Amino acid sequence: MTPTQHSGRFGAFGGRYVPETLIPALDELDAAFDSAMADVAFLAEVDTMLSTYVGRPSPLSTAPRFSAAVGAEVFLKREDLNHTGAHKINNTVGQVFLAMRMGKRRIVAETGAGQHGVATATVCARFGLDCVVYMGEEDIRRQSLNVRRMKLMGAEVVPVGSGTRTLKDATSEAIRDWVTNVDSSYYLIGSVVGPAPYPRMVREFQSVIGREARDQMLAAAGRLPSTVVACVGGGSNAMGIFHPFEADPDVELVGIEAAGHGLESGEHSASLLKGRPGILHGTLSYLLQDDAGQIHPAHSISAGLDYPGVGPEHAHLRDTGRAKYFAVTDQGALRGFSMLSRLEGIIPALETSHAITWVADNASRWSAADAVLICISGRGDKDMEQVTDLGIGRK
Amino acid sequence: MASTLATISSDRIDSRFDSLKGAGRKALVCYITAGFPDTRGTLELMSGLEAEGADVIEVGVPFSDPIADGPIIQASSQRALAGGMTLDKSLELVTRARLAVPVVLFTYLNPLLSAGVDVLERAGNAGVDGVLVSDLPLGADPEREDWLAGSGLAFIRLVAPTTPSDRMSEIARTGSGFVYLISRLGVTGVQSDLPTQLPETAARLRAATSLPICIGFGVAEPHQARSAAGIADGVVVGSALVRAAGESVASALRLARSLRAALDDAT
Repeated sequence: MTPTQHSGRFGAFGGRYVPETLIPALDELDAAFDSAMADVAFLAEVDTMLSTYVGRPSPLSTAPRFSAAVGAEVFLKREDLNHTGAHKINNTVGQVFLAMRMGKRRIVAETGAGQHGVATATVCARFGLDCVVYMGEEDIRRQSLNVRRMKLMGAEVVPVGSGTRTLKDATSEAIRDWVTNVDSSYYLIGSVVGPAPYPRMVREFQSVIGREARDQMLAAAGRLPSTVVACVGGGSNAMGIFHPFEADPDVELVGIEAAGHGLESGEHSASLLKGRPGILHGTLSYLLQDDAGQIHPAHSISAGLDYPGVGPEHAHLRDTGRAKYFAVTDQGALRGFSMLSRLEGIIPALETSHAITWVADNASRWSAADAVLICISGRGDKDMEQVTDLGIGRK
Repeated sequence: MASTLATISSDRIDSRFDSLKGAGRKALVCYITAGFPDTRGTLELMSGLEAEGADVIEVGVPFSDPIADGPIIQASSQRALAGGMTLDKSLELVTRARLAVPVVLFTYLNPLLSAGVDVLERAGNAGVDGVLVSDLPLGADPEREDWLAGSGLAFIRLVAPTTPSDRMSEIARTGSGFVYLISRLGVTGVQSDLPTQLPETAARLRAATSLPICIGFGVAEPHQARSAAGIADGVVVGSALVRAAGESVASALRLARSLRAALDDAT
């Protein structure tokens, strides 16, 4: 039995639906990842980088005014305070060390909001690696600040004009680059999506969020959270904070998808709530697609959630019921964006704002005894131009 | 009933390669995207390519996110989808074309799965002889691989330059019809030459299987077809034909004629 068989599944989901050319590279990656994770020197190297460069551990903040407003004790896991402003860099650091261990000096990545692209460009600059980031033309327009940051740090940003010109097409183009340069290049995927072993690998590198948060909750509140809430696009910040709590049966796990213009509008990114299982970018998971199996364009106000698929492990958690998934609209997310800014002095990313709004909008769900832990996956500086155009924060 | 038809279908690929071998000739496998440039153009291409000496016609089912394809086939797929093409409409085109040469359905897995559990039976009834799934490598999904291998249609599998020799044997053992050898690292597209390591890869594959071998990805020019045919049983030409079909059907047929002449000259 070859290592490619029956590996990388979460229940029925996951797998490796890729062109044959990539199979040996995925085998190599799988073996390199397992060997790295069993190597204490590798893990120490990653930990040192996370503490001395990224700024980990990220704090756990109380949120007294927001808590009073929603009627539960709310805690915020502050991934927005990481270097580069989001959780993305946790994964990037781990994978760059893995790439160097494998002898690869050219890094290929895709990006939506630009946060993963910036994190990749950052760590590549730190180690002198070549960095090529594929980004949809529509996202380049929405996130021009991040494009300038990537270029400043020496990355090549390649505009993708095919399809919907967003994250989906940037991912396809990054895979095409990888299949062409598979001998020399490392594909650094930014979420818990793609063919095995990526979903498992990205989850492991992001699980630092949940491990820290679990310890911090016990230290600060003397108990585990009753509910953990995170936004879900591809789903890496959510998997990162969920995973260390999965074995705690009393901790409710809640993922918030982007409802865009509304779940019934056909213009959203809620693949777990409104999609059906299918295959995109090498993995079997819930997908927005039409009856003929063509991928339906996603929509969200936040570029980071604007993806028609979702990580296969979320599909499994959905089907088993271990995690519950809900959705918040574009307009709803803007309310959460303003609310956390005014009440706590924390400007959250629009992606994160979906999770904040869901907690705020479900006040009837909470009692004063509830401890709700929200993953603040990123900061909202990148979104200021976009929300200002929508008339928020002007007066 | 349906499986009987399908068995006959897959045999048409075997007998085509048997007769080519007997005549000392090489196979010209022509790829077209269903619905490109439009429905009528697809029908004209199918019958025209047969008349110009194609031995197998690969009918590509357009997919919104074709990760194994370069810009030419991506663009043709988008245009075909914009024109409303689907897998079932692709099958209707195959039925209407009534070709004497075998037809291989070239698809990504998602549109195939979305077409329902009886899709392979419908394909056989429509006149399809084999199926090639570009994102279903060996071992990725044993249940669906068994479904394809047991359908009665030929299950055309792909081998890449990166494929180890023992895996080549296993791929060929689970496939039928012919083995599609990807000439280079990368996606489909037009290239000016053949990779230098191709003869070595083809020799490894030859040692791993008794199935016919057809080389594709980047084969665009008659001289490339001639070289590739020298180390295989046939060539697959895709992007170059699709690009020409974007100009005119006649232009694509002229290319097919020159490819046929180059292959026959080589033998």
